[in-house]
Amino acid sequence: MNHAIFEKNSLVLLIGILVVVAIGGIFEIVPLFLLNSTIEKVQGMRPYSPLELAGRDIYIREGCYNCHSQMIRSLRDEVERYGHYSLAAESMYDHPFQWGSKRTGPDLARLGGKYSDSWHVAHMHDPRSVVPESIMPGYPFLAERKLDYPDIAAHLRALKLTGVPYTDEMIAEAQADLLAQVSPDTKEAKELVARYPKAQVRKFDGSQNPEPSELDALIAYLQMLGTLVDFAKFDAAGPNLR
Amino acid sequence: MPPREEAVAFSHALTIMLAIAGAGGALALALTTPDPVMIFHGLLFFAFCAAAGYYVATNPRRGGADEQNSYMDGPIKVATVAAVFWGLVGFLVGDIIAWQLAFPALNLDLPWTNFGRLRPVHTSAVIFAFGGNALLATSLYVVQRTCRARIAGYWAPWFVVWGYQLFIVLAASGYVLGVTEGREYAEPEWYVDLWLTLVWVVYLLVFLGTLWKRSEPHIYVANWFFLAFIVTIAMLHIVNNLAVPVSLLGTKSYSLFSGVQDAMTQWWYGHNAVGFFLTAGFLGIMYYFIPKRVERPVYSYRLSIVHFWSLIFLYIWAGPHHLHYTALPEWAQTLGMTFSIMLWMPSWGGMINGLMTLSGAWDRLRTDPVVRLLVVSVAFYGMSTFEGPLMSIKSVNSLSHYTDWTIGHVHSGALGWVGMVSFGAIYCLVPWLWKRRGLYSLRLVEWHFWIATLGIVLYVSSMWVSGITQGLMWRAYDNLGFLKYSFVETVEALHWPYVIRASGGVLFVLGAVLMAINVWRTIRGDVSVDIAEQPASAAAAELRGEAAAVPAE
Repeated sequence: MNHAIFEKNSLVLLIGILVVVAIGGIFEIVPLFLLNSTIEKVQGMRPYSPLELAGRDIYIREGCYNCHSQMIRSLRDEVERYGHYSLAAESMYDHPFQWGSKRTGPDLARLGGKYSDSWHVAHMHDPRSVVPESIMPGYPFLAERKLDYPDIAAHLRALKLTGVPYTDEMIAEAQADLLAQVSPDTKEAKELVARYPKAQVRKFDGSQNPEPSELDALIAYLQMLGTLVDFAKFDAAGPNLR
Repeated sequence: MPPREEAVAFSHALTIMLAIAGAGGALALALTTPDPVMIFHGLLFFAFCAAAGYYVATNPRRGGADEQNSYMDGPIKVATVAAVFWGLVGFLVGDIIAWQLAFPALNLDLPWTNFGRLRPVHTSAVIFAFGGNALLATSLYVVQRTCRARIAGYWAPWFVVWGYQLFIVLAASGYVLGVTEGREYAEPEWYVDLWLTLVWVVYLLVFLGTLWKRSEPHIYVANWFFLAFIVTIAMLHIVNNLAVPVSLLGTKSYSLFSGVQDAMTQWWYGHNAVGFFLTAGFLGIMYYFIPKRVERPVYSYRLSIVHFWSLIFLYIWAGPHHLHYTALPEWAQTLGMTFSIMLWMPSWGGMINGLMTLSGAWDRLRTDPVVRLLVVSVAFYGMSTFEGPLMSIKSVNSLSHYTDWTIGHVHSGALGWVGMVSFGAIYCLVPWLWKRRGLYSLRLVEWHFWIATLGIVLYVSSMWVSGITQGLMWRAYDNLGFLKYSFVETVEALHWPYVIRASGGVLFVLGAVLMAINVWRTIRGDVSVDIAEQPASAAAAELRGEAAAVPAE
C-alpha cells in the first residue's frame, strides 16, 4: 500500500480522516431517527407542564444528573428496586436527556409518588434530617428563592422548535398554567389539567406564600417522574418488540 | 519569504476592527440582556476584546524580512503555563469534590459550592483546560519542528491560545453560576459553544496552514494524530451541541435532540472526547516527545500507520457501551460493544510502538524521571485500554455501570495516561522553549513521579473496591429472594474508599504543586541544582552544541 499519498498531501490526509471518522456515527445515530421501532408506542406521554419544566431546568442547573440516573436498566434487581425498566418513549420530550451515568444516589426515573411532598421539602432542606447516612448536598436556598418565570412561554416556544408538541394554546397560557399548578380548586387549575393530563396541582413546598418558589417547581417535577406512561396498556412483547 | 506590506497593513486593520466590533457587540449585549450571567459574560467578553485590541494597536505588526525567520514560540509558552495553572485548579477542585463525597457538610449548602455545580468545573478544567492547553502547546510546537516551518498566521495563533482561555473562563464561571446544558463533558451553553467553534476553526486553519508551509516532504506521524484530534473534535462538538436558545439575549438553551437520540449523540460525543481529545491528541505527544527525549526513532513506521487508521476508525463506534441495557435499541448496544472490544488491538499497537521506541535506551528509565513519566503513562494507557474493552462487555457492564468502577477506570486513564504524558511533555518543553540547559531540578521531577504514582494507586484501587462493592450490593438477594440492601446501605459502605480516594487525590495535587514550582524556577532562569544528572536532550536545541534549528524559509 502506498501510504505516501496521505503523508505528502495534507488535504488528502484531512479528507481521509473525515471519511474514516464519519462512518461510525452515520451507522449508529442516523438509523435511530429513521427506524419506527426506536421509540415504543405508549399511552400517556405528554410534554412537561410549565411548572414541571421550570423544575426540570432547576434539576439541570444544580447538576443533579452528576449523581442521579433516570434510566432503569432491564435487569432483575433494578426492576425490583426502582420499578418497570425505562422506555425510550418516556424520555422522548427530554431536551436534553437526563439518563445519567452514575448512581452516587439512587435512580430517579420513577421517583414520582414514592415520597410525600413534605419528605421532599425536608430532604431538600437537609438530606440528613430524613436519611442520616445520605451524602447529598443540602439545597435550603430553593425554598427561599421565588421562581423566576416571566419568560416561560419562550421556553415552551424553543422546545416546540425542537419538536415537542406544545400547542399555540399551551404557549399562550404558559404563564397562567404555571401559576395554576400551585393554586388548587381554581378554574385555571382545571384548564391546566385538561391541557396536561395527570398534572398534580397543589402547593408543593408547604409554605403559605401563594407565589411559586423554586422548591415548588423542583418538587412538582420530581413528583411526576415516571408517572405518565400507563403500563396497564403497555405490551412489551407486542408491536413494541425491538 | 517576508510578508507583503499590504498584507501586513490589512491584517493589522482587520484585527483591530474585529476587536472593536467584538467589544462593541459584547457591551451592547451586556447593557440589553435581563440575564445576570449574560451581563457578566458580556462584560468579560468586552474586557477580552478591549485588551486584545489595545495590545494589537500598541504592538503593530512590523513585517519585514526577519519576521518569518524563527519559530513562533510565544503562544506555546502561554499555553504551557496555562496547562500548569489549569492543571492545579482542575486537580484541586477534583479533590475538593472527592472530600465532599466523604464528608457532605463540605458542600456548605450553598448553590455555588455544591457537588453538582463543581463536578463539571473539575471535569472541564482537567479535560479541556489542562489537557486542552497541553495539546495546544505540544501540537503547535511539534508541527513547527517537524515541518520546519513557522506557524501560519501572525495574530491567529495568539487568538487561538487566548480565545481558548476565554472559553474556559466563560464555561467554568457559568457552571458555578448555574449555567449548563446538562450533558456530561458538553456542559457549556450555546454561546460558549459558538465561541469555542470559532476558536477551534482558527486552530484548524493555523495547523493546516503550517502543514501547507512545510519544508519537509512528509507529514510526521505525530501530526496525523493532532490533525485527527482537531478535525474530529470539531465534528463532535458541532453535532452534539446543536441547540435552540430560549432567547438570543439569554444563556438558556434546549438541545435539538431528545431522549434516546440525544443519549446516543451525547455518548458518541462523550466517548470520543476520550478517544480523540484524551487519546489521539496525546498519542501525538507520545510520538514526538518519547523519541526526542530518548533520542531513538519510533519503533515501527508500519505499526504507526496501522495504529493510526484503525484507532480513529474503531473509536468512533464505541459510544453505545455507555448505554448497555438502557432504552437504546439492542442493535446499537451490540455494535458499540463489538467495536469497543476490537479497539483493544489498535490501542495496544500504539502502546507497543511507544514502549518499544525505548529499544536500546531502556537504561534511561532508571536515570531520567522525565522518561519514566512518559513511559509509565504509556503503560497506564495500555492498562486502561485493556480495562475499557473489558467493561464494555455487556455482562461486565451490568455490574460496573453506574458505579465507581467507571470513575476508577477513567482516572487510571486520566491521571496515569493523560496526566503523566502531559507532565513529561511539559518537563521537556519548558527548557526547550525558554532556552535553558535543563530543568531547575530533576530530583523534584523524581519526587513528582513517585508522589503522583502513589496517589494514582490509592485512587484507582479504592475506586475498584468501591465500585465492585456497590455493584454487588445492588444485586444481592437474601434467602427469601428479596433485595438484601437498601440503596443508602450501599452509600454507607463506601465511606472509607471515598476517604482513601480523596487522600490519593491530595498526593496527586501535591505532585502538581512540585511541578509548578519546578516550571516556575526553570522559567525564571534559576541555576539548575542537578544539571550534571540531566541528559543532553533536556537542554534547548540551541544549547546542545548542535546547529540551531531554524525554519528553512
